[in-house]
Amino acid sequence: MEARRIVKRFGGLVAVDDLSFAVREGEIFGLIGPNGSGKTTVFNLINRFFPPTSGTIHFGDRRIDVLSPHQICALGIARTFQVVKPLRRMTVLENVMTGAFLRTGSVRRARQKALEVLDFCKLMHRKDFPAGKLTIADRKRLEIARALATEPRLLLLDETAAGLNPRETEEAMDIIRQIRELGVTIIVVEHVMKVITGICDRVMAINFGREITTGPPAAVVNHPEVIKAYLGEADA
Amino acid sequence: MALLGQTVICGLLLGGMYALIAIGMTLIMGVMKIINLAHGSLVMVGMYVTYVCYRAWGLDPYLGMLVAMPVLFLLGCVIQHFLINRLLEVESVLPENQVLLTVGISLVLTEVIRFIFKSDYRSIATPYTGEALLVGGMSISIAMAVGFVIAMVFTYLLHLFLTRTDLGRAIRATAQDREAAQYMGVDARRVTVITFGLGSALAAAGGSLLLPLFYLWPDIGHLFTAKAFIITILGGMGSTTGALLGGLTLGVAESLGATYIGMGYKDVVGLVIFLLVLLFLPHGLRSLVRR
Amino acid sequence: MHRYRIWAAVALALLALALPFIFNSPYYQHMLILILIWAALGTAWNLLGGYCGQVSFGHAAFFGLGAYSAGLLYLHLGASPWWGMALGPVVATLVSIPIGLICFRLRGPYFALAMLALGEIFRLVFLNWISFTNGPRGILMVAARPGKILFYYLALAILGLALWWSYLLIKSKFGYYFVSIREDQDAAEALGIPTTRYKLYALLPSAFLTGLVGAFYMNYVAFIEPNVVFSLGNVSVMIILVVILGGVATLWGPTVGAAMYIALGELFRAQLGAANVLAFGVLVCLVILFLPNGVVGEVDLFKRLMGGKRRGDVGGSLGSP
Repeated sequence: MEARRIVKRFGGLVAVDDLSFAVREGEIFGLIGPNGSGKTTVFNLINRFFPPTSGTIHFGDRRIDVLSPHQICALGIARTFQVVKPLRRMTVLENVMTGAFLRTGSVRRARQKALEVLDFCKLMHRKDFPAGKLTIADRKRLEIARALATEPRLLLLDETAAGLNPRETEEAMDIIRQIRELGVTIIVVEHVMKVITGICDRVMAINFGREITTGPPAAVVNHPEVIKAYLGEADA
Repeated sequence: MALLGQTVICGLLLGGMYALIAIGMTLIMGVMKIINLAHGSLVMVGMYVTYVCYRAWGLDPYLGMLVAMPVLFLLGCVIQHFLINRLLEVESVLPENQVLLTVGISLVLTEVIRFIFKSDYRSIATPYTGEALLVGGMSISIAMAVGFVIAMVFTYLLHLFLTRTDLGRAIRATAQDREAAQYMGVDARRVTVITFGLGSALAAAGGSLLLPLFYLWPDIGHLFTAKAFIITILGGMGSTTGALLGGLTLGVAESLGATYIGMGYKDVVGLVIFLLVLLFLPHGLRSLVRR
Repeated sequence: MHRYRIWAAVALALLALALPFIFNSPYYQHMLILILIWAALGTAWNLLGGYCGQVSFGHAAFFGLGAYSAGLLYLHLGASPWWGMALGPVVATLVSIPIGLICFRLRGPYFALAMLALGEIFRLVFLNWISFTNGPRGILMVAARPGKILFYYLALAILGLALWWSYLLIKSKFGYYFVSIREDQDAAEALGIPTTRYKLYALLPSAFLTGLVGAFYMNYVAFIEPNVVFSLGNVSVMIILVVILGGVATLWGPTVGAAMYIALGELFRAQLGAANVLAFGVLVCLVILFLPNGVVGEVDLFKRLMGGKRRGDVGGSLGSP
């Protein structure tokens, strides 16, 4: 996946400002930055919840910024939402089956696939729960499971660890590592630095929609500009 | 030329009174984020209250409205407190239930009035009914002119209320962001009740002003619901000035349509404009100006 | 499917077939036919409104188009309105395509409003296009007509078709996709669901069935008029009431709702006289406040709370026994 000089303006506000980056196949790529720095907007541009003001986004040799969200998912880019969006009146199993239906028309096969994914994400014990009644940790996991059921090649994870306790965070990290083992490329947006340093191969830090630096996690996290950006936030 | 001038001016005057009704609706929509299909019925009830004042005590409709407004204010508060706020606590599959609830309310109001007054057409005859001012070859109905002036005065008073008083500011804050307003110590439930009352009172005022000009019967409410909707969508949801502009626009468009197109398809034109604005101008006519 | 369910279905079917002989009077047969009509309308609306969450306040448009297809065939070509039963649903379906493509751009209450406006536009056009539609004078059919029994079985067949079609859709991928669109359109889109297309897949059968019932209505009542068949208050809104009364997004809800609607309507008319519409208004408010998911919906919820497992049903309120 590659983004070339993407810009997004909302009225007078520039949310993403001339950002270029490429994600290599099979890696876990981290995206960090203070609140409001444009991380979620980048995701919304990749899966085309809104179109970029300028610039292009490519996946393999396809240009994808001209497609619609469902076409992008069909191509193999799935995402989770920072503010989770469970299909509340469906059970956990039905939620995941809805994802699985992207690759099959058969209810039986969709259920089979969904059960596999639930097992993988350790959600099996919740399978008949209405999704609206899950705890935060389980909802976050359901987001991942549902996205995974669409059999993506690239997975966008938006603040999967936010609001989790240390043990749940560890489990989430385990699941993300295992997903990579399946050969899925992953981009994570994260505030929890432990997750970033723990699982990412490369990290890009952004602020005000612009790139500060890109590189190995340890280097990026200790980069003076990055520290300044986060401290600036603490001041305000 | 005089015909065109007269048509436009009539439209503007009528539109000013429509706007008062629509401002009531837009206020309710803005604060509660609900679609109120009972609004026209509230107008209708207000008109009947004024009508009764006229028949029973010979009260002029412009004074009768001072009775109708508090009555409708209370009615609005009751509806909001006992029905609409209650609905928020009900877990349902379709959030659009709310729309149907207002349909039910409208049905109840219409039928209660029908039960009391039957379906007869009624009208009032004031000394100035039928009197007209002659200005440069155009004749302008006095009832329209007076109604327009009063409507504008009310609009200005409302504007002052919303911008200068604490309660008015609380209403605007709740409309912008209910949760944030609650954090700031606004009692959102109370605000919604007062807003619905206020919107209903404005509906009653608009209806009373139109009483000397319209025949009155229980089903007239639907007509005003439709008009208020078109205006609200034209003006952009929740905007008072938008509703004023939308009201004037609809008044002129209707007036021109009735004179030059013919009565039958007049309403179709209104609905088509409504659909187009809904689809292409999500913030009403204002989005044309901004572009 | 459990064995007792099969027996229940067989018993129900036999009962449905025997009903007109049990209630062997034209009055009761008329009531039964009305129940079937409203049940079919509710079932059709439920596909789009209940499952897919696109609350249409304009289904009278499809009903009226079906009725007028039959009526106009008779008026202009002298053809038997029975042909309308073939034409009506097709016309309603074809018209629903542009309507859907236009209105599905809007979400939630705005979709509801747009559909309401569209329904009214149809009513006004049919009212004013006098040279083609006869306008407010309507279309009266004068021809020998079969007895009530035949109409009963025809209506039963239409309801059967509606239920069977809904059942097939709900139990398949379509059902899951419809409900996911209702629950969260953004999430559905992000899961690779072409939401506009699937909303259309819910609208098409819904419009088809509604048009079919409309054409049946023309044959049965033999008189139509724009203010009746395109009515906002008496068709579009009452369809929604029937569904909410019985159970939103349940297979049998609309049928139960239709029976309650007709029975209550008769009761109100007999007991309350002029105040019967008032009673309906009060009923609408009470149902929405205290029974927002309908009789069948609440029963399902109750079962679920009691820990009953119902496999193979989607979407909480989606399944039904």
